[in-house]
Amino acid sequence: MTQLYTWGAVATIVSASTAGDVLLSRAMKQVGNVAELRRRVGLPAVVGRVLRNPSFLMGVSAMAAAFYAMLFGLSWADVSLVIPASTSLTFVTNAAAARIFLHERVDHRRWVAALLVAGGVVLLAV
Amino acid sequence: MTFRKYLVLAGVAVFAVTGDSLVSRGMKQIGGISLHNLPQIVLMVFRPEVALGVGFLLAFFACYMAALSWADLTYVLPTTSVSFILLTLVARFLLHENVSLTRWLGVLLISVGVGVVAQGPALTHHPKRREAAEPLTAASARLEP
Repeated sequence: MTQLYTWGAVATIVSASTAGDVLLSRAMKQVGNVAELRRRVGLPAVVGRVLRNPSFLMGVSAMAAAFYAMLFGLSWADVSLVIPASTSLTFVTNAAAARIFLHERVDHRRWVAALLVAGGVVLLAV
Repeated sequence: MTFRKYLVLAGVAVFAVTGDSLVSRGMKQIGGISLHNLPQIVLMVFRPEVALGVGFLLAFFACYMAALSWADLTYVLPTTSVSFILLTLVARFLLHENVSLTRWLGVLLISVGVGVVAQGPALTHHPKRREAAEPLTAASARLEP
């Protein structure tokens, strides 16, 4: 039963952090290049635009949900399982979600990079 | 990609590693925390190492947001995973921890992954350009008989 809870927590971490990353990326694309904006309208106005963006607020909420799911996961299983499993899976799900929701051109190069980094993260935790 | 953009990506990796390490060190000094003791959870943020760590994590978040404003998510995430490599190098050469062959293999895989993605373009799709194009299309459609 504990194993089911653990993998449920890992699935929640992966889904929530993928949703968070996608929403934050969408928010920042809507806001625009912050370096150019800062030169035009100043830093406080840029910060204001980011904080008022609905995607940003939803993204931060999703990240908070992922953080709490991680805390629950860590209370049921070892850190050496929860962190590498969720981090490596997130690299792969982010690539799929970025292609579907952000319409990024995820070519072979980016798939290979995501899989290599995911594999590397797993090996670091072994 | 300009030098400043590479600096922002490096900032994501370096600030994340530094922030995580400082918060982790501070939390280990505090020891186990009970959820029933809420004041302790609030007060721990004022410990110098935890506060400094939170500061670095805020800097990480600012750099991450800046990077996402001009680069794809599938570009930013693999390139900033350099932080895993940095963490292993810090563990081996500054903390003198024993790093196994498997972990060095992990570092090699991540390095190759970063190298592969860094050779491609940083941005492949920008929704603003698409949104900006849509009203034009609608306007031209209205002009048509």
